[in-house]
Amino acid sequence: MASPPQISSTPQSIFRPNAKHREAISKIFRIICAIGLGIGLVVLGLLLVDVFQDGFARLWQPGFFTGNASRFAQKAGLRTALLGSVWLLILLLLISVPIGVGAAVYLEEYAPKNRLSQFIEINIANLAGVPSIVYGLLGLGIFNELFGLGPTLLSGALTLSLLILPLIIVASREAIRGVPQSMREASYGLGATKWQTVSNHVLPYAIPGIVTGVIISVSRAVGETAPLIVVGAVGYLTSNPGLLRRFSALPIQIFDWISRPQAAFTNTAAAGIIVLLALLFVMNGTAIYIRNRFSTFR
Amino acid sequence: MQLTHQTSTAQGTSIISTQDVNIFYGSFLAVKQINLDILRNKITAFIGPSGCGKSTLLRAFNRLNDLIVGARVDGTISYKGRNLYAPEIDPVEVRRQIGMVFQRPNPFPKSIYENIAFGARINGYRGDMDELVERSLRQAAIWDEVKDKLKQSGLSLSGGQQQRLCIARAMAVQPEVILMDEPASALDPISTLRIEDLMQELKEQYTIIIVTHNMQQASRVADMTAFFNVELTDGKRSGCLVEYDKTEQIFQNPQQQSTQEYVTGRFG
Ligand SMILES: Nc1ncnc2c1ncn2[C@@H]1O[C@H](COP(=O)(O)OP(=O)(O)O)[C@@H](O)[C@H]1O
Ligand SMILES: [Mg+2]
Repeated sequence: MASPPQISSTPQSIFRPNAKHREAISKIFRIICAIGLGIGLVVLGLLLVDVFQDGFARLWQPGFFTGNASRFAQKAGLRTALLGSVWLLILLLLISVPIGVGAAVYLEEYAPKNRLSQFIEINIANLAGVPSIVYGLLGLGIFNELFGLGPTLLSGALTLSLLILPLIIVASREAIRGVPQSMREASYGLGATKWQTVSNHVLPYAIPGIVTGVIISVSRAVGETAPLIVVGAVGYLTSNPGLLRRFSALPIQIFDWISRPQAAFTNTAAAGIIVLLALLFVMNGTAIYIRNRFSTFR
Repeated sequence: MQLTHQTSTAQGTSIISTQDVNIFYGSFLAVKQINLDILRNKITAFIGPSGCGKSTLLRAFNRLNDLIVGARVDGTISYKGRNLYAPEIDPVEVRRQIGMVFQRPNPFPKSIYENIAFGARINGYRGDMDELVERSLRQAAIWDEVKDKLKQSGLSLSGGQQQRLCIARAMAVQPEVILMDEPASALDPISTLRIEDLMQELKEQYTIIIVTHNMQQASRVADMTAFFNVELTDGKRSGCLVEYDKTEQIFQNPQQQSTQEYVTGRFG
């Protein structure tokens, strides 16, 4: 081929490059995707602007963080609800992370791959899609009634744990499945036992994925209202929450405020929403931090 | 073909020997009727076309096939006279004594130091860890290149360095046999030569089995060579051992026609 390279094809070519046409399609899809992103951002932005307009000033009025429930919108604070949500968060992590990650490790690394494990696998995935109110009813039946815990914080935490366990298991399994088989082989090849392999290589490698799954699941639980109402969380609580006491939580408190007739409660509710958003923001920040920390060697 | 390939003891003592070994993946017979003796402190090369079961057999020697669902070995593989698949044998202990270097370098995503120290630590090594790390890296001829960056990730090294790191890692647990599955296939020619030199030094202390597709490499490094091929029985393809002998014999005076064709590159 002595002739200089040609951009356009010869007429006899059996290819129809049609570059212009393909480029045009490419551009159209780019625009469609950008519109999708744009709509998402605009809606989110409007929501934030609206909430901040209503609630930002209220946030800084004295007593909002330290005050208890009150009939008067100007006096109402979210202390008990915030404490309740923090309690729930901690209990959720303590209960659902060991169980969820443990189940995922068992299913991926130990369980024989047979019909039974496939059946369990499918059912866990299905459980992840069950509406949260159903978990509320389950919690009411099991923890409140059968175990006799009554409408307590512990019962609420256990109920939410049930809700997010399938999510954590599915996410953790996905993360564990992403660990290259060559790494397990390297470890076993040196005479490592299963547990040494899992604890030294599989889990550290999978941690970023597991943590992301855990935080997304826990964030979801912290924002849940329905199951907590069913197990008996209250929107008007003046005593500190405790494991075996009645409790409140941020979404419950916000719901209670919004459903009050007085207009001033709108601002109080909006301020509550800002706090809830901030909490979720901090949790996601933590997830990103842990993600980066554990990926340094890759 | 029902040949047996017991080698005379005049060439050395055997450390691994197989009797009528068949290896299955589920119902698929991947390799059949393998009879051979691997000689102590020698380098044995496994050659043959892709898919003839070289890796399968190699991984059966340190029970790494246990990790594959459905993989099954029948017949006897004995290591120093003991049946490797006897129920009382712990595969974890087998793998410490029979180490492995894989086709694709697979260092752990941890520091270079930790890559070496891991195997020693999990096996309860009581000695001086720094000293062991240095000795292993020196043995694998990579110490000078990494001594100033032991804290860096093993993945920051080049492919050839990573493979030598993996060799060092395998040696750190002081195995008796090292299995190498195409250790140089992903490497450039210079790294390949370095690894070959390394093997010559290592065979003083270790028994090495290497799978290779490179005929020059087999003839350069191996004392013994086993040629495997794929055989068709009832429309199923299974690997079998065609010929096993001293390397010069396999390359210069093979007894089987298919060996002759394979080693001279007139295959298939
Ligand atoms: N994990 C596995 N599951 C099922 N079949 C396998 C597996 N690994 C290898 N095989 C099959 O076993 C045969 C031998 O493979 P292998 O040992 O990798 O050959 P080689 O290393 O000589 O190229 C091939 O037909 C391959 O498809
Ligand atoms: Mg192979």
